Amino acid sequence: MTQFIFFVAAIGALGGALGVVLLRNPFYSVLSLAFHLVCLAALFLLLHAEFVAAAQVVVYAGAVMVLYVFVVSYIGGAEQVPSGAVLKVLGPLFALAVAVELCIAMLGSALKGIKTKGAPIHSGFGQPAHIGTQLLTKYLFAFEAASILLLVAAIGAVVLARRRRGLEGGDEEPVRIRLREPDYAGTMAEGAGVRSTRYDELLRPDDESGTQQEPKPEATHTGGW
Amino acid sequence: MNIGWYLVVSALVFCIGAGGVLTRRNPLSILLCLELMLNGANLALVAFARMWGGESGQVFALIVMIVAAAEVTVGLGLIVAIYRRRLPIDVDELSELHG
Repeated sequence: MTQFIFFVAAIGALGGALGVVLLRNPFYSVLSLAFHLVCLAALFLLLHAEFVAAAQVVVYAGAVMVLYVFVVSYIGGAEQVPSGAVLKVLGPLFALAVAVELCIAMLGSALKGIKTKGAPIHSGFGQPAHIGTQLLTKYLFAFEAASILLLVAAIGAVVLARRRRGLEGGDEEPVRIRLREPDYAGTMAEGAGVRSTRYDELLRPDDESGTQQEPKPEATHTGGW
Repeated sequence: MNIGWYLVVSALVFCIGAGGVLTRRNPLSILLCLELMLNGANLALVAFARMWGGESGQVFALIVMIVAAAEVTVGLGLIVAIYRRRLPIDVDELSELHG
């Protein structure tokens, strides 16, 4: 049973990883990565790392993937530029070479443990109580440093992605449209013979050409009211 | 299952991620492939923790996840800033810091 779960999860993890690399659309890549993470969490469960598996699903496949999906939908899945011819050939070759080398280095090493199912473990191995005890006693400094790192990263992301004035392309400028006001808008003040003075200030350059045909109102004081 | 199987899977995931980082040019895809590499390392850490029967490797894997989350936050912020400034979203074009 363990072997069956292992092979299903391992094939799922490897397929998800291949999907991340090979799919052209970034949105599908993100979904493939989420699938890969869930399969990896199953592998963690097989290794008796319950808390790490739960954190993987909640933090990674939940929160981080949502962040990715938001950014992909904001950018709109930019069209993929094909990579250069040299890298397209050399990249997979390099990856293959590293894979072969890593397998040889790990399986051919003198570590006796990798041929076994692992050392005998105490009950509750990898459960939240034990991990929490370790984090707050033996690894307290790493814990605090990680919290500071998260704070700095959050502030940095806000500073990086915030809207800045003056650095944008200038398309953020409010567009002011100056409409020529109709001569008579039919308000009660015009009926009483007082023209609205607000737009007269703006339209003064046009008035030399425009005043010939328009009838002069009787009350000529335009000083406002 | 022997620990060696898990190590082989972790090595393959890491190498798939490395190949993706080398071949893709969209920074978003490169971040995704970086996640793959970190996850391969995580799987190796957890497998070694199981091999020794200690929990230190699992704590290390958790710290790696935190660092990955921070990296994703800053990286996605950079991508959004690049997009806002109408720069090309292509790591080959973004070479002003080249020197």
